[in-house]
Amino acid sequence: MKYIDEFRDGDLARKIAANIRLEADHSRSYHLMEFCGGHTHAISRYGIVDLLPDNIHMIHGPGCPVCVLPIGRVENAIQLAQTPGVILCSYGDMLRIPTANGMSLLKTKAQGADIRMVYSSADTIKIAQNNPQHQVVFLAIGFETTTPPTAVVIKQAQALGLTNFSVFCNHVLTPSAISHILQSPEVRQLGVVPLDGFIGPAHVSTVIGSQPYEYFAEEFQKPVVIAGFEPLDVMQAILMLIRQLNEGRAEVENEFTRAVLPSGNRKAQMLVAEVFELRRSFEWRGLGLVPYSALKIKSNYAEFDAEQRFQIPSISIADNKACECGAILRGVKQPQDCKIFGTVCTPENPIGSCMVSSEGACAAHYSYGRWRETNADRMEN
Amino acid sequence: MCLAIPACIEQLISPDSAIVNLGGVRKEISLALVEEVTIGDYVIVHVGYALQKLDPIEAEQTLAMFNQMSKLSDDMGKVTEE
Ligand code: SF4
Repeated sequence: MKYIDEFRDGDLARKIAANIRLEADHSRSYHLMEFCGGHTHAISRYGIVDLLPDNIHMIHGPGCPVCVLPIGRVENAIQLAQTPGVILCSYGDMLRIPTANGMSLLKTKAQGADIRMVYSSADTIKIAQNNPQHQVVFLAIGFETTTPPTAVVIKQAQALGLTNFSVFCNHVLTPSAISHILQSPEVRQLGVVPLDGFIGPAHVSTVIGSQPYEYFAEEFQKPVVIAGFEPLDVMQAILMLIRQLNEGRAEVENEFTRAVLPSGNRKAQMLVAEVFELRRSFEWRGLGLVPYSALKIKSNYAEFDAEQRFQIPSISIADNKACECGAILRGVKQPQDCKIFGTVCTPENPIGSCMVSSEGACAAHYSYGRWRETNADRMEN
Repeated sequence: MCLAIPACIEQLISPDSAIVNLGGVRKEISLALVEEVTIGDYVIVHVGYALQKLDPIEAEQTLAMFNQMSKLSDDMGKVTEE
């Protein structure tokens, strides 16, 4: 397909890889974090690490919306779905997230709750129109990319005068999470994760633009290169980061100019600003409470806010003890450091959230990276 | 779920919706988040919404950038030639 195939070309990949090898300074190492789950997926799926010299380390960041939703909020969603008369609509990835007692939305559905998997937020409006006797709740999650579609349906619900539609809002913000990782006490104290630079998200940036990262590059003196999701985009971004680091620069650069403008998508931003406002703080799985890192529905739209319509208690549930998702999301550990990776915890039977979505670090590593490393070990032995 | 793909606008069905072609599969998407999209444009589609138009000229330039040999390799070429 156009704009996909040419960005996966093998010959070009080898060319960029050769440039990376030439330019990477052998006397130092480079620790680069890809924030976004889409990049984690691309890096694992296309074996990009195989093409990089050993002194370049890719660290998976917390940019998978399924992985960062705290279990308490999943528990809230399960309780909502169990409320008589409620239809809960959710993106498919959410259904398998396990909660503390081994429940999930999928199991709740099997027990009889009316939970509908939707591809698009637009589907939720149709469901509300077709089921006037039910309360339809949309479990909204995701970063800046999925927030504008949620804003659109809230405005549509208002225009249509729907009285049986609300949104359980769990939208989170990328730049505050990146800052939080850099300020995190684990990262500072242990010093285990020297992060040298970031690959900035692709589609989040189509919406927010490249400007929001400027503060961050300046404040923390870390280069950011925004990259598209195709493997060549990621490799070129790695090369651009290496160049910046070699030259001692810490700037925001944009590799994904075909879709990211400095100011992003103004129309989408205005819709979001109209419907949502900042939460003072929000819990992220793996990161804990992060100030001003999430959105809630403005009071003008309170009638479409599930948190206003229903009693939703704030529940905080700790992760399974064995699960290292928290450390993995901060870049302190890798999936294979988890004792139950690939044995007790697999994509078929996930224990932690990083194993649920194909963008989660553990699931991506399980699907694409696990055998490669085992083989490499064997060859070394 | 962050995954999004470029798709070509094949048909406009209302001011706010269109049919795109995703490698042979036709799908209705919302145009509520973009402006001035016409037939033949490529857009990035995410959860059923066009998020942004794709700029074909920038795409060409990015591909050309992938093809550039490193300056260092030129220098090394010179060194070996000398
Ligand atoms: S393998 Fe499973 S339990 Fe271990 S860190 Fe990953 S998601 Fe958590």
